[in-house]
Amino acid sequence: MTSDHDVAILGVGMHPWGKWGRNFVEYGLVAARAALDDAEVAWGDIGFVSGAETIRNGYPGFVAGATFAQALGWQGAPVASSYAACASGSTALNAARAQILAGLCDVALVVGADTTPKGFLAPTSGERRDDPDWLRFRLLGATNPTYFGLYARRRIDLYGATERDFAAVKVKNARHGLTNPNARYRKEVTEEEVLASPIVSHPLHLLDICATSDGAAAVVLSSLDYARARGVADPVRVAAVSTVTPTYPNTVIEMPNFATDSAAVTALPTETFRDSIAARAYDEAALGPDDLDIAEVYDLSSALELDWYENIGLCKEGEAEKLLRDGDTTLGGRVPVNPSGGLACFGEAVPAQALAQVCELTCQLRGQAGDRQVDGARVGLTINQGLFGHGSSVIVRR
Amino acid sequence: MIRSRVAAVEGWFTLDDVEPHLLGGRCDACGTVVFPKAGVACPNPACGGTELAEVPLSRRGKIWSLTRNCYQPPPPYVAADPFEPYAVAAVELAHEKLVVLGQLDLEGRDFEAVRVGDEVELVLGPLFDDGEAEHIVWKWRPV
Repeated sequence: MTSDHDVAILGVGMHPWGKWGRNFVEYGLVAARAALDDAEVAWGDIGFVSGAETIRNGYPGFVAGATFAQALGWQGAPVASSYAACASGSTALNAARAQILAGLCDVALVVGADTTPKGFLAPTSGERRDDPDWLRFRLLGATNPTYFGLYARRRIDLYGATERDFAAVKVKNARHGLTNPNARYRKEVTEEEVLASPIVSHPLHLLDICATSDGAAAVVLSSLDYARARGVADPVRVAAVSTVTPTYPNTVIEMPNFATDSAAVTALPTETFRDSIAARAYDEAALGPDDLDIAEVYDLSSALELDWYENIGLCKEGEAEKLLRDGDTTLGGRVPVNPSGGLACFGEAVPAQALAQVCELTCQLRGQAGDRQVDGARVGLTINQGLFGHGSSVIVRR
Repeated sequence: MIRSRVAAVEGWFTLDDVEPHLLGGRCDACGTVVFPKAGVACPNPACGGTELAEVPLSRRGKIWSLTRNCYQPPPPYVAADPFEPYAVAAVELAHEKLVVLGQLDLEGRDFEAVRVGDEVELVLGPLFDDGEAEHIVWKWRPV
């Protein structure tokens, strides 16, 4: 199946996730070279370089596209750098896709890489009293896990979810990522171990919340004609990229805000922001939840993975715990979710993470995922959401 | 010694110990409400209004969700020494139809006993003391 909006994923590459303590450029270079090798495309043939910006909790900290181009050796290609919080990688991917679909270039390189400090992501230093991201830490102590805790507790009080359900997500993802060479954590975890780990933001325990990691991911994208001319007749294709913003009024509290929009004078939108991220991707690909074989969702917390099941239409609101317990989202089940091991096994390397999701789906659709292979996977979806109204979803198919 | 008592942020709430209010903005044109008021224009895309009048928000609401933080957050949060866990609530205001965050003043109540849907009211309480002044912030207290 194909459409005139499809572009080919010719190559993918990653630098393993971890806490390596080196410069992000080094990781990006490793991932970029791996993607070029995988694509069998020479760096000199790349017509556009798209970088996802390395950031500190919302602030572009370093140049991205040009930094990677320089590290690979200047060859004159135009560059772009994208910042969209957790969606940065997809936004960079979309910039490259647009160049290809507009006929401005045939083949492009997309790179995201990060080095993270230990512990909570925090605002950069300095006193910024007009910045909600600074103020939420100052006035409320509202770390990112604070928001994750609010979402998780709501599942408990509204749907009867339990801390054990959340732990079961971690157990599943830990098992999925066991032999993934790019995952940082490759160790089985039991529900008891999750529940015995200290509480960070009630009801979430330390093992429910993803770490921050170093890592890098890269993708080589091309037009279908370019792929065909190189003898790649049936590449994995990008069928949709959704990078929508919320629709007013956004009535779910989100980082780094102190309040939601008001619904006092405006009718509620027909779908929440998270729902709309997936819905626009489905619209573009002319596909729906029933077409999915596999999904990579942003499990910043174990409980958040359950929210995503509902947002991407795998089940109705309040039914995610049952879907999990029935094994539908486990490898071997109806729609395996986070076969890579997810953020539970990777930890988050912000500008690389959305690209890492695409790398995993590409491996799966090529049948190269080894122990974690989802047999016969032909359609996959990624989804994530970050600060400041950013979110993205990518649909790939074969 | 009389130590001073200051708002931890200017203009977000009234320093009224009996009946404090959060201060939001209301659009002159369409009537929608925002918190905090800092916005530069009405956020309603169907409106286009540019003037937001200061408006006190409802003092009571219902808990949308809640959490308790057991790890010390990084600066600029000023933590007590030794650090003490603190609760945060997201509270739905029925009249304004929005959800607003605040620390939860449990007043000795058991966190586990507070539930989504419980009614709370706005109070003022200490955020931190820097030796020169006590910095005050709004909090939600179960009714």
